[in-house]
Amino acid sequence: MKKKGVDFLLLLAAGAAVFLLIAGLAWIGVIGEFYLQLISTAGIYIIVSLSLNLITGFTGQLALGHAGFMSIGAYTAAIFVMRLGVPLLPSVLLGGAMSALFGYLIGFPTLRLRGDYLAITTLGFGEIIRVVLNNLEGITGGSAGLKSIPGFSDTGDVMLDAIIKFAWIFVFFAVTVAVISNLVRSSPGRTIVSVREDEIASTSMGNDVARYKMLSFTVSALFAGIGGGLYSALFNYLNPSNFNFLYSVNFVVIAVLGGLGSITGTVLGGLIFTFAQEWLRVLKDFRLVVFGLLLILLMLFWQKGIMGSKELSITRILRRILGLGGKKE
Amino acid sequence: MSERPPVLEARRISVVFGGLRAVSDFDLTLSEGELVGLIGPNGAGKTTVFNLLTGVTPLTSGEIRMRSKHGDLVRTDGKKAHAIARLGVGRTFQNIRLFRNLTVLENLLVAMDHLRKTSVLDAVLRTRRFSLEEEAFAARAVELLAVFGLDGKKSFLARNLPYGEQRKLEIARALATGPSLLLLDEPAAGMNPQETQELMRLISFVRERFSLTILLIEHDMSLVMGICERIAVLDYGQTIASGTPEEIARNPAVIKAYLGEETL
Repeated sequence: MKKKGVDFLLLLAAGAAVFLLIAGLAWIGVIGEFYLQLISTAGIYIIVSLSLNLITGFTGQLALGHAGFMSIGAYTAAIFVMRLGVPLLPSVLLGGAMSALFGYLIGFPTLRLRGDYLAITTLGFGEIIRVVLNNLEGITGGSAGLKSIPGFSDTGDVMLDAIIKFAWIFVFFAVTVAVISNLVRSSPGRTIVSVREDEIASTSMGNDVARYKMLSFTVSALFAGIGGGLYSALFNYLNPSNFNFLYSVNFVVIAVLGGLGSITGTVLGGLIFTFAQEWLRVLKDFRLVVFGLLLILLMLFWQKGIMGSKELSITRILRRILGLGGKKE
Repeated sequence: MSERPPVLEARRISVVFGGLRAVSDFDLTLSEGELVGLIGPNGAGKTTVFNLLTGVTPLTSGEIRMRSKHGDLVRTDGKKAHAIARLGVGRTFQNIRLFRNLTVLENLLVAMDHLRKTSVLDAVLRTRRFSLEEEAFAARAVELLAVFGLDGKKSFLARNLPYGEQRKLEIARALATGPSLLLLDEPAAGMNPQETQELMRLISFVRERFSLTILLIEHDMSLVMGICERIAVLDYGQTIASGTPEEIARNPAVIKAYLGEETL
């Protein structure tokens, strides 16, 4: 069997093992429903942060409005489910598509510009979306929010529901990781990274830099929207004020914490961020102060984040453990 | 010499930055297979000429024509830089512009991406077409690296290469785009005389092997004199002389530009 096929099976097995481990521990009661919900939340944060990392870490364009894309996905999915009775899976995908469409539309004029215009534009975009959602009361429920959004399942068993939620989010997480890592480790993906490295050089090598930025930005918006759709089903409640500027900054923090340009870093960053926020709750009012302080210390002593731009290769680790050999880099 | 068909014709090209006329009515014709030097003192506008020819900087006035893949001359002024590169124009940069955090091999692969036939969807789904194309690109890139003696370092990050090898990698990357015209901006800058000699031999070699037309910017006159068939001298954005190396060496305007008037 070819190396590629073996690697694919190894990854599939590794993914299944991680899922079964967590779900199993939850089933026998080692992980409580609360922590399983927290892991699911982290999963959504990771999906959105991975999408941000594609545009910011890999393409080198700072985006500060991912909460905006997330909310487009969240509201679109929720509205399709609640008002039109569309099943959850297509609704979540439609949410992603709607977000990608918006990404394409606002990326078109701004990505042609160089410098920090994108950061400012996306920041403004995120705020505009929030205000619009607040004012479209007939559709979105306005500032009162959208309540009782149907979840992933309703079995009556709290633990089983929590496991089903986790399963959904885990599958989307795995697909996001697969798509983004396949993309960045390919010919078009390398060109996306070359835009970050040196735009002039990349364009002088025959690459239409604006097109590659659009590609990266649209894919990024797609996954942010999917993350939003999952969010609506996980929390069953949406409010425009949840998707404010500070919420966008969370994803930047996760991406930077994990390492800009590292997929495994973002996964670790998302888990640490979500759990740290929860565990620091015991500090009550000092929580945000301590959290901010930790971030400052991190940036002072560990600027490149946990992973820098490196990756942990799961297949390489598994190959070593299983003694399969395989090509060394 | 004039028997050979032209691959590039620049007619009275100029560019104005604010109040500064950085390049003024510059004319240049490159015939197939020529190796032409563009020299001039610091700040004469040599790199700006490169940026105009490659579309990185838009012209203020003038016309540029280049030979397309079909063999006819097409207007390229006003075209985007990536479109001009795809016509078969490869270039290097005075201040090395490698993709520093990509590997040596990846630097070349990025330069080949515009030749890609498979789609982004093929890449995401890892189709067979995609894998075959990736393998073919990598094989071609390694072949090119071997010409420059860099194949052993293909997995090194570009930024970890020693300076001289970074210069070579830039040339290899320019060749990976599949050019017929190569623009080299001070390829020997910062090299010692021995490295420079080796580089010049390498340039002559790739010129033959890939049937290239080469336009070369150099600061060091003696070096250009050695390998160029024709030289154009630029000062304050204007062509002050052009001709064979011997003619240039004797030209009083050139001597004046380089050494100043008093020494005459």
